[in-house]
Amino acid sequence: MPSFNDPQILREIIMDHYDAPRNRGLIDDDSYIKINMNSDTCIDNLDIQVKLNGDHIEDLKYDGEACAICTASTSIMSELVIGKTIKEARHIIENYTNMIYEKDYDADLLEEAIAFQNTYKQANRIKCATLGWTGLTRILDESEG
Amino acid sequence: MDIKSIRADFPMLNGVTMQGKPLIYLDNGATTLKPQCVIDKVCEYLTTYSGNAHRGDYDLSHQVDQEFEHAREVVKDFINASTKDEIVWTSGTTDSLNMVAYGYALKHLQADDEILISVAEHASNTLPWFDVANQIGARVKYIPLDEYGCVTMENVEKAMTKNTKIISLALVTNVLGHHIPMKDICAYAHQHGIIVVGDGAQSVPHEVTDVQDLDVDFLAFSGHKMCGPTGIGVLYGKYDLLNKMNPTRLGGGSNTRYNSCGIVSLKKPPYRFESGTPHIEGAVGLGKACEYLQSIGLQEIYDYEQQLRAYAIEKLKTIDQVEIYNETSTGAIAFNIKGVFSQDGASLFNKYGIAVRAGQHCAKILDEYLGVNTTLRVSFYFYNTYEEIDQFIDVCKKGDDFLDAFF
Repeated sequence: MPSFNDPQILREIIMDHYDAPRNRGLIDDDSYIKINMNSDTCIDNLDIQVKLNGDHIEDLKYDGEACAICTASTSIMSELVIGKTIKEARHIIENYTNMIYEKDYDADLLEEAIAFQNTYKQANRIKCATLGWTGLTRILDESEG
Repeated sequence: MDIKSIRADFPMLNGVTMQGKPLIYLDNGATTLKPQCVIDKVCEYLTTYSGNAHRGDYDLSHQVDQEFEHAREVVKDFINASTKDEIVWTSGTTDSLNMVAYGYALKHLQADDEILISVAEHASNTLPWFDVANQIGARVKYIPLDEYGCVTMENVEKAMTKNTKIISLALVTNVLGHHIPMKDICAYAHQHGIIVVGDGAQSVPHEVTDVQDLDVDFLAFSGHKMCGPTGIGVLYGKYDLLNKMNPTRLGGGSNTRYNSCGIVSLKKPPYRFESGTPHIEGAVGLGKACEYLQSIGLQEIYDYEQQLRAYAIEKLKTIDQVEIYNETSTGAIAFNIKGVFSQDGASLFNKYGIAVRAGQHCAKILDEYLGVNTTLRVSFYFYNTYEEIDQFIDVCKKGDDFLDAFF
């Protein structure tokens, strides 16, 4: 485990996911639930697709035009939630949101996502760092009716 | 121009910080900072003669009318209109352009008529025309930009047809910042009976404006982009055209009398268009802003800003990672740092206390011309300095470290 308080390592995590986003690219498959997340306040525009299998998240895809913060945070999120149950995923999202808004959170659950722990310092970028996560939440809400 | 003493007039330039650094404000295309004299003028209304306008039954209200109409007179002189009755108070450029679209075009245009704009126009000079055209079966057409992003007289002539009824263009666009040959366009358009609407949001604050010399039919601009308050702006219209325009809002203040049968007598322009209690402190504040700019000199302001721009361009060109999209224009500078998404770039500037805009700048069809979706934009005003540009340039060189803002 690297020291997650080292800015250089956190920076490398974001750059790595920005340069080589994981699970990026949409898939033509009706079994995926789709959503478009188009930020009102900036240019980020993401399509997100989630395939559920029972109470598990079997797969997650996304694509679109987005900044480094939005792209990397969505990429990390995809790795965190694929294979998890919906309940587990919601718990991760809740902890991530708590981190973004400077509340208590469990860093172990967030793994590389803690690279975004200082987003509050650039308050106008919170939307970028949460766009993918909000999209996933909406899909989960929709699936549970 | 004594920049040091000018800067002393602006509270925002004396002690205000961003991210712990003294503010360097380079987003003047979005809005401008306010000098103390404008702030005082607004506060003076709020503290010493608050009352409504046009209700002059007592001394206080009479004083409001005097100040309110004096401000109209000042604006009239500022753009050299022939009478103050051609100055309509609005909430800003957007409101002014909507009034022309819905109050004039919707009334006078017919199916198959054409409205000419360019792809570099702001949303406020695009979306009202889309809607009006849809409602009456008219068409919005585009004057092609030349290779530098300019609207040329030649391309205006080519785009005009016998169905063209309105040409609506920014005198200086908000992203590319080029001047258009407005005087020539008006002369040519008028030979063909075409009405010309000018969006002056990015031109009026920065240069001498003479609506009679331009012979433009309507001119829209905003107070807050020229050191005035937000929520106040102007629609200039030639008086006979204002007379042919419908008010888009009706209510108190716009009428002289009406009866229960629904017969209404409207006041003459400009009051016909000013229903409801106006933004009185905004209007008097804008009048003061005009006087302040005149005291410095609009030509002096223009010349100094051009020197600042030339200095910034020269420095930007020495940085390999910077791509400039409008080197030759006179307004804002649109650029990108290669490999850095514009919004990530803006956060980097923010970290150093520098206000720079990222995005599409409300010109969402411009990408079709530029070939890039989003840009960074810096826009100067007369209170900016060479030293501020030096600091801006230093940050441009840090493009590779754009994630610094997060750590």
